[in-house]
Amino acid sequence: MAEKIYDVAVIGGGPGGYAAALYSARSGLSVLVIEKMAPGGQMATTGQVDNYPGFDEGIDGFALGERMKRGAERFGAQTAFAEVESVDLRAVPKTIETSDGPVQAHTVVLATGASPRELGLPEERGLRGRGISYCATCDGMLYGDKTVVVAGGGNSAAEDALYLSKICKKVYLVHRRDALRASAVYQKALEGSPVEFLWNQTVAEVLHGQRVSGVRLQEVGGGATREVACDGVFVAIGRVPDTALFRGQLEMDEQGYLVADETTRTSLPGVFAVGDVRQKPLRQIVTAAADGAVASKFVEEYLAQLGG
Amino acid sequence: MAVLAVGREQFEEGVLRSEKPVLVDFSAPWCGYCRRLAPAVARLAEKYGDRLEVKIVDIDESPQLAEHYGVDTIPTLRLFAGGRASEPLVNPGSAAEIEDWLRENGAL
Repeated sequence: MAEKIYDVAVIGGGPGGYAAALYSARSGLSVLVIEKMAPGGQMATTGQVDNYPGFDEGIDGFALGERMKRGAERFGAQTAFAEVESVDLRAVPKTIETSDGPVQAHTVVLATGASPRELGLPEERGLRGRGISYCATCDGMLYGDKTVVVAGGGNSAAEDALYLSKICKKVYLVHRRDALRASAVYQKALEGSPVEFLWNQTVAEVLHGQRVSGVRLQEVGGGATREVACDGVFVAIGRVPDTALFRGQLEMDEQGYLVADETTRTSLPGVFAVGDVRQKPLRQIVTAAADGAVASKFVEEYLAQLGG
Repeated sequence: MAVLAVGREQFEEGVLRSEKPVLVDFSAPWCGYCRRLAPAVARLAEKYGDRLEVKIVDIDESPQLAEHYGVDTIPTLRLFAGGRASEPLVNPGSAAEIEDWLRENGAL
């Protein structure tokens, strides 16, 4: 991969990345998408996408990811399945070190998305696969007739708790406030469900032997602690942007999202941020795709300046 | 090499008594993270076909295997060599992470 200098390297093969690839390739630019797993990103884990226009009966997120990839490839975009290890975004040309060797490009579109936020407890990682999960729809079935704790208070926590309440013997929802931040649809559904709310508390420790056996909850503000026995803990406390690789090179906000306005231009010329990784008010497939289209316009503008 | 599904009947012969190490992907068709992992696992099967076999266990079809190998999060990968199972790799984030894990477990 080393010899060629691409016009555009896109890091991340979700909807934002492949939209940028499609628009750029269609404008005649050479494009390489670097994806560490499979096309579609976070969208690929969603069975039914009902809010991307044009699919009147919805579409499977995995299939949509494949189609976005093929759509970009139709105009010559390429995909490398490799993991990015480091980037030098100031270099000329910009350089990306991957598990399959270096990639060079005049411009870089960052479309790395976000991952589930962890509780941040020391025992947490070792208990993955032993009772801690970040995906209720994936692992819920394995907790049939068991007791589980859902941590979080937003839409995804509410959705997880509702889903699990249909499968599990008992579901507790632990939230650090005294009310949910979830939308009204979920609030209503939860009120009529068997889910038990544990307000104003956080998970201070996951109790375990070989497997999760319970949680120690602490009242917010350093108050009393109590233990609740359970077989599983489902963590749904939001997401964190995958921007660790860019720290020190690009401006980020407090949560780590890349600072870029509607033009998708970041703090470095020739570097663009699209989709969930960008600071923005609404993170959806359609807004990620829109970012990709916008980025290609400013990629072209930047390349024209370079050439002139 | 193609990635084949394996159930309880074929597990002994196809995995535990295999001459080559076998990477087993415990997953289910309805699990989004499993579907996202599947193409990466298939590429590894292709790339390392000379030293590694890759098989999929559908935990709905073979709940006994999932239970026996302590799988409670999917996707979970386990490497079987000489009939012994490695420590699990749970929901890896990239193909490169799987390769590192295979290396640590002596399969590459």
